[in-house]
Amino acid sequence: MKHSFLDQYSDRDSIIHRLDPRTKLITTLFFILAVVLMPPDRWQAFALYFFLVATLILLSRVPALYVLKRSLVIMPFVVLIAIFIPFFKEGEVAGSYNIWLWQVSVTYSGLQVFWNILAKAWLSILSLILLTSTTKFSNLLKGLEKIRLPRVMTMILSFMYRYLFVLVDEVMRMRQARDSRNFGGGRLWQIRTIGNMIGTLFIRSYERGERVYAAMMARGFDGQTRTLESLNFRQLDAFFGISLGLVLILAMVLNLWY
Amino acid sequence: MEEIIRVDNLSFCYPDGRQALTDVNLTIYRGETVALIGPNGAGKSTLLLHLNGILHSDGVVKVLGRSVDDKNLRWVRSKVGLVFQNPDDQLFSPTVFDDVAFGPINMGYSEAEVRELVTRALDWVGMRGYEQRSPHHLSVGEKKRIAIATVLSMNPEILVIDEPTSNLDPGSKWSLIELLRGLAITKIIASHDLELVQALCQRAIVIDRGVVIADGATSHILADKRLLSTHGLAPAQKIE
Repeated sequence: MKHSFLDQYSDRDSIIHRLDPRTKLITTLFFILAVVLMPPDRWQAFALYFFLVATLILLSRVPALYVLKRSLVIMPFVVLIAIFIPFFKEGEVAGSYNIWLWQVSVTYSGLQVFWNILAKAWLSILSLILLTSTTKFSNLLKGLEKIRLPRVMTMILSFMYRYLFVLVDEVMRMRQARDSRNFGGGRLWQIRTIGNMIGTLFIRSYERGERVYAAMMARGFDGQTRTLESLNFRQLDAFFGISLGLVLILAMVLNLWY
Repeated sequence: MEEIIRVDNLSFCYPDGRQALTDVNLTIYRGETVALIGPNGAGKSTLLLHLNGILHSDGVVKVLGRSVDDKNLRWVRSKVGLVFQNPDDQLFSPTVFDDVAFGPINMGYSEAEVRELVTRALDWVGMRGYEQRSPHHLSVGEKKRIAIATVLSMNPEILVIDEPTSNLDPGSKWSLIELLRGLAITKIIASHDLELVQALCQRAIVIDRGVVIADGATSHILADKRLLSTHGLAPAQKIE
């Protein structure tokens, strides 16, 4: 079956694509840190961050609409987590409502924190989408390895990337097999079937794990992992890293000044 | 003729008590292409897993005159290249290059050597230019070819393949058979695809319920309809 790519657009070419994955990983990390640590009332700083990430997206030639759509997929989860904050935060009350038996009130500072969480999350998500859609997943893994993420972690990520779609296929085939034999039945019956499917999927994955391990052993794997050095840090990376760092520091300084 | 693999009195029992192999004896000589044929569950795959020491049990497996033990596993695995049936198990890396390079890197080759071995192996299977592709976006036929390349890149002396043509359409199947024919290396092919056996192998070994039933020239064995139908390799014969 055909699947979408996790790292769609990563095979295009632009200044951002050509950067070393390590540069991108580290600058993304610092960008997110800077965004998260900025106090909520500095909207100028957030405007600057947005301008920065928007410029980078334009430079990367990844379609802006695609980035926007992807970011909107994740935002509902953020909203779900943040939605209760305006009700619990103490401070000046903005409005108070009676819902059946309860009286709830919303505070101004609560609302501010709520909007701020959304803004921070959105900016961070944008930068991560930029990272993953300008870097091939395999290069991202190499970058993570080079900045000393434990090899076990990168291997888990690599297997996840490789077998995610294999498992999705398996689930799809199981569902088709179920649907072609399933004629109604009570709800309890349906739940039981789903339970069986999950069990089967688990056992199949476990057995696949054993076969993959055998295939690794057959090619001389002995628990030690070895890799080739194939990333190179260039002038462009130094230039990009330094300039982005300067912009972030500038934002901090401006923030302290006013 | 030089003995390249020798199996003496090999028996194997799975942890659940099922007897998979009983007293198997066979010898493979250099340059041969040998078919290992038998019905589903005959013990073909289990036998193959013994040839490079992934499974071990009673009995002796000798590769190039040395018996396989825990100390020479690495050497054995560089000599006996085992290709698994399902390419999705064999190909576990994010890119084709990483997968083909996995063996040579484990063997401790330098970066330049690894690159050369990978290029050459991909050339052999006609998959040059696929280095940066991701295995889950390839067709089954392409995956099978890459799976063979992942083993050829280690420069093995014996190529051991489990069901190379399963799940392939006739076109891909015959092009894979041509590919295997072109590889000048000792081959052991486990299969129940008799067309493949006839096209490639001079010698065939029939195995059923873990026991070697027959071992001889392919033309001889494939002509014995009675033998084939008793062991699930041809339609059941009418009793006259």
